[in-house]
Amino acid sequence: MTSLFTKVSPEPTTDAGVRRITVSINGNQHTVDVEPRLLLAHLIRQGLDLTGTHTGCDTTHCGACTVLFDGTPVKSCTMFAVQAEGHEITTVEGLATASELHPIQESFKDEHGLQCGFCTPGMMLTAKALLDENPDPTEDEVRWALSGNLCRCTGYQNIVKSVLAAAARLRSQGATDEEEGETS
Amino acid sequence: MNITIVINGDERQLVCAPHETLMSVLRREGFYSVRFGSDTGETGAAAVLMDGRLVSSDVLLAAQADGHQIETVEGMAPPMSLHPIQEAFIATGAIQSGYSTPATILAAKELLGSHPDPSEAQIRDALSGILDRETGYLRPVLAVQRAAAALRGESLSDVEIAIVAPLTFEMDGIADPEQIPAVSPKVVPNPEVPDTKVVGHPEIKVDALKLAKGNPAFVDDIDMRHMLYAKVLYSPHAHARIVSIDDSKARALSGVKAVLHHQNVARVRYASGGQSYPNPLPYDQVSFDNKVRYVGDRVAAVAAETVEIAQEALRLIDVTYEVLPAVFDENEAIAEGAPVIHDEEGMEGAHDAGRNVVHQIHADVGDVESGFAEADEIFEQVFQVHQVQQAPIEPHISIAYWDSDERLVIRTSTQVPFHVRRMVAPLLDLPIKRIRIIKPRIGGGFGVKQEMLIEDIVGHLTIATGRPVRYELTREEEFVSSRTRHPQTITFRTGVNASGYLVAQDMKVVANTGAYGTHGLTVQLVSGLRGLSSYKSPNKRYHCEVVYTNLPVPGAYRGYGAPQALFALEAHMEDIAKALSIESLEFRRMNWTTEGDPLDVAPELGEGESDSGFVPVVTSCGIEECVAQGERSIGWQRRLDPEWQQPADRPHIRRGLGFAMCMHGSAIPGLDMASASIKINDDGSFNLLIGAADLGTGADTILGQIAAEVLGVPLDDILVYAADTDMTPFDTGAYASSTTYISGMAVKRAADAVRSQIVERAALLLDEGTGGIELRDRQAWSTDGRSVGLAEIALSSLHQAQQHQIMGTASYVSPESPPPYAAQFAEVEVDIETGQVTVKALVMAVDCGVAINPVTASGQVEGGMVQALGYGHCEEMAYDDEGRMVNPRFGPYWIYRADEMPRIDTYLVQTMEKSGPFGAKAIAEIPKDGVAPAIRNAIADATGARINAIPFTPERVWQALQTSS
Repeated sequence: MTSLFTKVSPEPTTDAGVRRITVSINGNQHTVDVEPRLLLAHLIRQGLDLTGTHTGCDTTHCGACTVLFDGTPVKSCTMFAVQAEGHEITTVEGLATASELHPIQESFKDEHGLQCGFCTPGMMLTAKALLDENPDPTEDEVRWALSGNLCRCTGYQNIVKSVLAAAARLRSQGATDEEEGETS
Repeated sequence: MNITIVINGDERQLVCAPHETLMSVLRREGFYSVRFGSDTGETGAAAVLMDGRLVSSDVLLAAQADGHQIETVEGMAPPMSLHPIQEAFIATGAIQSGYSTPATILAAKELLGSHPDPSEAQIRDALSGILDRETGYLRPVLAVQRAAAALRGESLSDVEIAIVAPLTFEMDGIADPEQIPAVSPKVVPNPEVPDTKVVGHPEIKVDALKLAKGNPAFVDDIDMRHMLYAKVLYSPHAHARIVSIDDSKARALSGVKAVLHHQNVARVRYASGGQSYPNPLPYDQVSFDNKVRYVGDRVAAVAAETVEIAQEALRLIDVTYEVLPAVFDENEAIAEGAPVIHDEEGMEGAHDAGRNVVHQIHADVGDVESGFAEADEIFEQVFQVHQVQQAPIEPHISIAYWDSDERLVIRTSTQVPFHVRRMVAPLLDLPIKRIRIIKPRIGGGFGVKQEMLIEDIVGHLTIATGRPVRYELTREEEFVSSRTRHPQTITFRTGVNASGYLVAQDMKVVANTGAYGTHGLTVQLVSGLRGLSSYKSPNKRYHCEVVYTNLPVPGAYRGYGAPQALFALEAHMEDIAKALSIESLEFRRMNWTTEGDPLDVAPELGEGESDSGFVPVVTSCGIEECVAQGERSIGWQRRLDPEWQQPADRPHIRRGLGFAMCMHGSAIPGLDMASASIKINDDGSFNLLIGAADLGTGADTILGQIAAEVLGVPLDDILVYAADTDMTPFDTGAYASSTTYISGMAVKRAADAVRSQIVERAALLLDEGTGGIELRDRQAWSTDGRSVGLAEIALSSLHQAQQHQIMGTASYVSPESPPPYAAQFAEVEVDIETGQVTVKALVMAVDCGVAINPVTASGQVEGGMVQALGYGHCEEMAYDDEGRMVNPRFGPYWIYRADEMPRIDTYLVQTMEKSGPFGAKAIAEIPKDGVAPAIRNAIADATGARINAIPFTPERVWQALQTSS
């Protein structure tokens, strides 16, 4: 297989065929040489081995490849890697810590928000963007937010429940954090 | 740096580091047939062709291959096809574990390119750079001869068994051994053995294709993303306390992801020997201790982005030791004032840790003192056996990773996957259910992998880092820091009456278990069992002390205490015969244990249902015929000819012949348990799932044959999968000569269960009773000659009517352990001026019951004898005064090469062991038992020197010649 990217040390490149970019993924800086045609999804999956980001259609329709781009959900399959130069990307691998799941992940787990699990990373990142902006969405707002992410298994029922549960969980966590902040 | 290499015809632009070996780059590029055996070129496992010449890619820099043509076996044949050399290796049974087979095939290819009709000497010379620990080189040489004939366009016939006419009873067969083709396994038939279709035939190994083609199959043959590399810091001192460890510099090194040692790993006591629950005491190990007990003991482990970084990190760990006095000899270790090796708190389960005595074993049959009182003559001799290493060409290797369910998977080169899972769990503080052990293809084990040796290290490191971690021992680490064979001091005292019958046998052993107990108890139980089972005597006594020293740790090694015991016993019996002026075979014959005799010491020295008092009886014994076949093959009468003994043209040479009688066991009775599961597929093929661990022994093949025989299909229709703790049912593992006998019975029973379900379905389809239905040729046949195919039966049962999955599962434990027997003969030449011993021939005739596959059974004997030859003749772990092994490399630790081999001749003497699957007993370990004493007795025959210590190095033999003459 022809390699579209090589991991290199951060010195300027002289090779005109590739572009050197620096992208922050889940807080880690990656400096890579990429061909201009390389898609962001492919950089993430094959270049950086972060396989939680799935590709389902190559045409922006399914949303399985959704990542957060400076906090905004984008379809990484229709974005070039070079467009991410200097930006912050969050993938599903950036949600959990080593010991704890993210509240959104906990909720998808508890509320059966996944069946085959292929769309789940994209769903959760979209939900995260929603909840960051709107901590107490209505069901309609959740459904509208998720409208760019297709799911073929669940009928969305439990995904919506999961997002609402996650919202509640995050709110009560926020309240606890505040209380703790007050008492300390 | 950038290099261009043409690999198998494709030009590749590669980036490599200047110091990188060609082996490393080829493996990274996915050419997994290029295998690590050492990084010194000594094993030849990494051999490839460079511009048509065989080179060791482990000692060639990738940069040196720049601009050259490299050929690996991956380039020899496209998928679904084979090169004639590969075909020949498969057909002749030249493959056991297959680890070095790709290299051997390339060596053959180079030779045959220039020598289309090579002599045997040329073949052996061509293969001499590739070490083989399994086949004894016999079948690889035959494979090259067959490949040469194929490439010359000669037509080849299938490899068939040679039925040899018995010498002690009447039955048809080839009477003249000269008429037997070299490639044919020799079977002496038995009238009690029924005809079978698949069992008893020289079927091709089920795994031969992948091994001949070098397909990715071994532990290391996978790509893992983000994998880290582990290295372990080993102790430079034989005995020391760790005063302090400062790992700050190591942790600060870029690329280091974890540094573990006794200060940051929980102290959980265990015993590393891979044995059934509960593991025998003492639990005298922890993953990392604050004390080291031999040179090579663990101190710390590192995981880093590359092997080189990990290696550098070890250098940066600052350890302060308080060096303690050490002791290496087992007899000195129990003397007053010896250093106490296990003085740690919480040490329990050792017999007397303060005296370094781990175990004291005692067994009595009758009353040995009254036996001696009535003896007419009493003989006493002391024997010394030394320490050797199993030396599989594939060293220990494990890769651990979290799977997507965040369960810990350990892909490891082990003989005991289920024991490893149970034993590693408490060390890692994980429940057993969160651990999965996968045993892929293994490159030889011979007991050294009957151990939970490094799985805890990769487990700890994966838990610490969250990333896959790979740890592979270097050759030096394999020698020093894995496991070895127990050295022993053995005293035999035997009382004989005036007629030449034994009346008392007293065996005393002081055994050296090195720094840790692991297999110390059970190996020494077997020493007593084997030392006191071969011959009848009304009074027997065994007394053994198993002792800690500061040597590298002995463990399980094929034979498991028997080679030590039988060296002493067979030398002792030979000398008694000489003293009594009874012909040595006749003296054995007067006293040996044969069919109908009780194995009276077995209940005293058993591991399993030892409390039951059940005394097993020998139910099959072919020793008479074994001796007769062996006598003929070795030319036993030659030793009576002075002209043969002292060749006139070589006055410094003395020739001699020696004999040893061998008797072993088949599994641990009442303890070893195996299970198997079989299910039918749509096309009438079957999946056979087994926990048994094939290390190259052929277990997968013979277990498949047993299933095929019962189910009336060719072996081709049985898809064998083993072993994986998630996928396959339980099996204690590959040890104690148990797989054929125990796992074989489990497979037979599972197949019987499937067979009856097939018969029921066939009865339905044929509209008749189940009574007379038979399975053969992939069909179920009614009594009136109508049939229905297994595929039709499968489709009917899976899809069409009263649907269910035809499948069966069964287990097996045996109350007894029927002994295989063997007659081992050796021919030697001794140079009386230098003490050099040259072994000219080894002949072994074995009664292993019915050999399920005579080619793989012969292969076990051929390869086992050669390991035993190394034990008796030249292999030795040598130490300096500080307990450092001075020869931890294949150069100075000499294992036999292809061009150094004596003539090897093997006979399989059939008996019908009714308790075993299709009459089978064990074969794997008995070839290890008789070679050392047979050589010893041959040296005595040649020179009169009776040497009671091994190995027979020129120095030792020369010294003995000075005192004996």
